[in-house]
Amino acid sequence: MYNNAIVNDSNNQANKTSALNANAGVFSSNEDLAAVCKKIRRDIVTMIAKAGSGHPGGSLSAVEIVVALYWKVLRHKPADPVWKDRDRFILSKGHAVPVLYAALAEQGYFPLKELDTLRKIDSFLQGHADHCCTPGIEMSSGSLGQGLSFSVGTALAGRLDKASWRVYALLSDGECEEGQTWEAAMSAGMFKLDNLTAIVDKNGIQLSGFTKDIMNSDPLTKKFESFGWNVIEIDGHDLTQVLDALKKAQTVKGQPTVIIARTVKGKGVSFMENNVEFHGKAPNAEQLEKALKELA
Amino acid sequence: MPEEVAPREVFGKTLVDLGKENPDIVVLDADLASSTMTVYFKQAFPERFFEIGIAEANMMGIAAGLAANGKIPFASTFAVFATSRCFDQIRVSIALSKFNVKIVSTHSGLSVGEDGASHQALEDLALICSLPGFTVIVPADGTETAQVIRAVAAHPTPCYVRLIRGKVPQVMDNGYKFEIGKAALMRQGKDATIMAIGTMMAPALEAADALAKENINCRVLNMSTLKPIDETAIVQAAAETGAIVTAEEHQEHGGLGSIVARTIAKHHPVPMEFVAVKDKFGMSGKPAELLAKYGLTAQDIATAVKEVIKRKR
Repeated sequence: MYNNAIVNDSNNQANKTSALNANAGVFSSNEDLAAVCKKIRRDIVTMIAKAGSGHPGGSLSAVEIVVALYWKVLRHKPADPVWKDRDRFILSKGHAVPVLYAALAEQGYFPLKELDTLRKIDSFLQGHADHCCTPGIEMSSGSLGQGLSFSVGTALAGRLDKASWRVYALLSDGECEEGQTWEAAMSAGMFKLDNLTAIVDKNGIQLSGFTKDIMNSDPLTKKFESFGWNVIEIDGHDLTQVLDALKKAQTVKGQPTVIIARTVKGKGVSFMENNVEFHGKAPNAEQLEKALKELA
Repeated sequence: MPEEVAPREVFGKTLVDLGKENPDIVVLDADLASSTMTVYFKQAFPERFFEIGIAEANMMGIAAGLAANGKIPFASTFAVFATSRCFDQIRVSIALSKFNVKIVSTHSGLSVGEDGASHQALEDLALICSLPGFTVIVPADGTETAQVIRAVAAHPTPCYVRLIRGKVPQVMDNGYKFEIGKAALMRQGKDATIMAIGTMMAPALEAADALAKENINCRVLNMSTLKPIDETAIVQAAAETGAIVTAEEHQEHGGLGSIVARTIAKHHPVPMEFVAVKDKFGMSGKPAELLAKYGLTAQDIATAVKEVIKRKR
């Protein structure tokens, strides 16, 4: 169902522009994608450790979602980040930008070695997603709850232009505590935006504790349904389920789709998994070594 | 007495003209289209008009998404809701990404009248001028409003245009050509300069005319573009007239007066007086009663000119 011709086009572009990414886009099987996920996780913990600050937990929980999108679903050209027919990926949970930087670098948007500059002075890799600094970032985010509104506007623009490209927005479950998320959800339902797919990375943890204890945003499914959305619930670390859900969302007519992806915060690094501490803390040298061993 | 027009009426009609000329113009409103007058655009181009309901934060985000994808969105609501209500969305979703969104607010200032303090935006200019990259304009009458709306549509930055609820007399000549960032010389004079914006333009001219009869000749400038401010005109006025009075329907803190004071403090300090709201909220009342109560009349401007001249060196 995926448009392989165009996906391949994106891969060719990646290979053409940067020999440094021999890996970009050549994966097809889910085993291969799982290997990409491991590499992305290594990139994430390494860049955050080098930066000395950042948000590993919510970056690691979104890896399969971002990899499924950038390796299999999105029509995009790393050599031309503003290609007008690209699918739009909007990172609403802007603190998780390391997972996006890793994906963009592995895809050839910019050299992998640039990941070492994360959060450093004058780097184009800012602490939160910044549209003006980084190729491939559709909007600046970091103040939570704003990405879905932007995605609605993007989807409306696509509809006005009768464009075939689609809009994908990645939200966090903590972010669903922001009222604006629901203003946006209401309008997407009202406008029947079937070119919009939202994915909630439901890792159950926010800065100061478990989401169910801080301000319970559940039941998300019922909430989105009541706003006129098609809802798909999946295991957000099962690549087959992620890909199937993204594929199904493309076929739904007359309403937007949200994929509620149950995930584990800090996924892939034992001591970060379900650990509130690593929402916004960098691993030290010793922890990095341990993490990389687990992700080898 | 020249015919008075409501600038928001001109705004609504100009949007329709722009819509005919440019298919990328789109309009968003938050349940106030019949007050902001975007209703004309809604009637002319329903497919390019987006009713967002009472959700200003969402409206600004949606406008950003439209702008990011080649549209020229005009997002409109009352000034209180267009700025303070959704400031973070304007800051992060629009300004930080430099998206080409045009925010046109109406019903600004005390002259909203009877609706009272919650509806009287007196801090919107301070807020919006603090954002890097924003162009901020306060037209003085209908003639200028038509040109300002066209200018911002063609100007590739985030823009904020501040309009009012009521009608104002025409103060700009028919041959006037608005230019972003350029103050308009309304009266030549050497004793002091009155710099005004928006609704305070007509009282400023009235004050200058009254003072002329007492042999006090004021230069009068329409400072309609607050950002980027016309530093040249300000410094020239300071150097040539030696005293400045600013007049605005806005808090003294952070509006025209603050911007002018900052400019002359750096380049050419001279005594200043500020005709503005002095750190108070508004209240219900008729517009004229409110302007009198808060010291925003031609008489207040004239008094301020006499005061500032006393302090000239």
